[in-house]
Amino acid sequence: MAVEKPRRPGWVEPPGHYLKSREMYSLPGLVEYKPRARYLFSAGQAQSRFLRGLREGKILGTRCPRCGRVYVPPRMFCEYCHAPTTEWVELPGTGRVHTAVVSYIGTFRERREEPEIVGVIQLDAPGYVEGGYEFAGLFHRLCGVTPEDVMSGRAIGMRVRPRWRPPEERRGDVNDIECFEPIPEGEG
Amino acid sequence: MRPNIFVKDKVAVVGAGLTLFRRRLLETPRELAWEAARQALDSAGLTFDDIDCVVMGTAPDAFDGVHFNGEYFADVAGRNKPTVRVYVGGGTGVFVPIAAWWHVASGLCKTALAVAEEKMSPAHPHPQGVFAYIWDPILERPLGPNLIWIFAMEMRRYMHKCGATKEIIARVSVKNKRNALDHPAAQAAANITVDDVLRSELLVWPVNRLDISPVSDGAAAVVFASENEARRITDSPVWVEGIGFALDNTHWYNRELAYPRYVNYAARMAYKMAGIERPWREIDVAEPYDPFDYKELHHIEGLMLARPCEAPKLLEEDWFDRSGELPTSPSGGLLGVGNPIAAAGLMKVAEIFWQLRYEAGPRQVKKPVHYGLAQAWGDLMQVGTVIVLGN
Repeated sequence: MAVEKPRRPGWVEPPGHYLKSREMYSLPGLVEYKPRARYLFSAGQAQSRFLRGLREGKILGTRCPRCGRVYVPPRMFCEYCHAPTTEWVELPGTGRVHTAVVSYIGTFRERREEPEIVGVIQLDAPGYVEGGYEFAGLFHRLCGVTPEDVMSGRAIGMRVRPRWRPPEERRGDVNDIECFEPIPEGEG
Repeated sequence: MRPNIFVKDKVAVVGAGLTLFRRRLLETPRELAWEAARQALDSAGLTFDDIDCVVMGTAPDAFDGVHFNGEYFADVAGRNKPTVRVYVGGGTGVFVPIAAWWHVASGLCKTALAVAEEKMSPAHPHPQGVFAYIWDPILERPLGPNLIWIFAMEMRRYMHKCGATKEIIARVSVKNKRNALDHPAAQAAANITVDDVLRSELLVWPVNRLDISPVSDGAAAVVFASENEARRITDSPVWVEGIGFALDNTHWYNRELAYPRYVNYAARMAYKMAGIERPWREIDVAEPYDPFDYKELHHIEGLMLARPCEAPKLLEEDWFDRSGELPTSPSGGLLGVGNPIAAAGLMKVAEIFWQLRYEAGPRQVKKPVHYGLAQAWGDLMQVGTVIVLGN
């Protein structure tokens, strides 16, 4: 990418020494280090209940008693009113695709053999009061949607529902939902 | 300009310095920070003894592989000066000068040195692996996300909402990489075409390789001074007219992705302080944050330099070229000069400083300039940081 740049009068080359990849490997005193750190994350008050709900095949949210916003994933407090969100609601799980993309790479930028489609799902939240800019939604995989659907824009706004894993395979994490799949015509 | 009622001391920018931006640099974080700081001080005709306070910034420690990385490279501060590190992810680059501004504006310091450094190359084999740890461990990491996903999702939403095509968006990359040909620190300067962008490696549709800024090492530094000091140091100080910053929540999938409201709030705060009522007419040159090409358009709209969804149309009319009505990223931006995260934001501030002093050389925009703006964005689609400078 880098090109030989034209030299101009008054062009001051900024300090610094560029290394080619091979030069880097032959540097004296090069240290390789791999951190070893292990973590156990607790999901917290609100999300623990949400994850238990997933195990039972339910999508749970919290509702703010003051402004009526529904939070999925649930929060213990309303971000707008700063009030505790004490009321729990079960959502139907259906929703619309807010955005979707086709990934050809994995977490560490390795090429994937099969592209994966992921997106943001705006969930139906009956009784949601606000909702122009913010909404109840989840980030998840999409299945039954082709890369062409994403590229043509057909996928956006598509009605979807969760495809649950069989109950015996559910472990109480986001992967209890295998993916969101389109609702066939006339069903939702 | 109206008198600024928010501050005790008016604040000026009096010097700026940069190192090379490159994929791999020999220098350590300390050496990079020192080189940039020395350049900035030299350009202002100051020595290190003239500096009262130091503000520094660097993005996640995990890139350098050293915790307390700010303190680690803080040798440029040395000798027991008041020193602070600020951090808001990718927005750090513009948050560092904002923090330096309040050090001086409050009357606490007469001069402040802002330094931002980033060394991404130690993360091996690719810094992409380090980005895996910015995701929520409970709800996002189990899905195996890649950082580019989130940008691709925002870009897809923006394209859908605004009817922008990949071809139009790619023109940002073409423009910025071309602008960078005139930048001595530039890493990814090139004369490319829209076709080159569309034909580069497809990573996450709609994002191709050339839609993204490169991985970089580099450092930048800017010197701030109170009004009295600045008038003593230079005949042509550039004034900090306004600053703004705002943070939204981490739940980026609970928000409309096509419009960056947090950037808008930050911009309104900065414009109010600067007494700017019609930014689309009063801002002469802007450096919106452009780690991805669509981001520049997205931010131009958030900054109210164009109406929502208007930026792609204006781009097609060459509105944002160096010779255009409102030049954006005349430096070449992150796409062209490179993206050492925190240093990239501060590089944008330095560019506005040079533009307002008419010292940008071949990069100088064609129109006369009075007000310039630099903006950065960061965390998980969360934070907007804006600084408005004037001459």
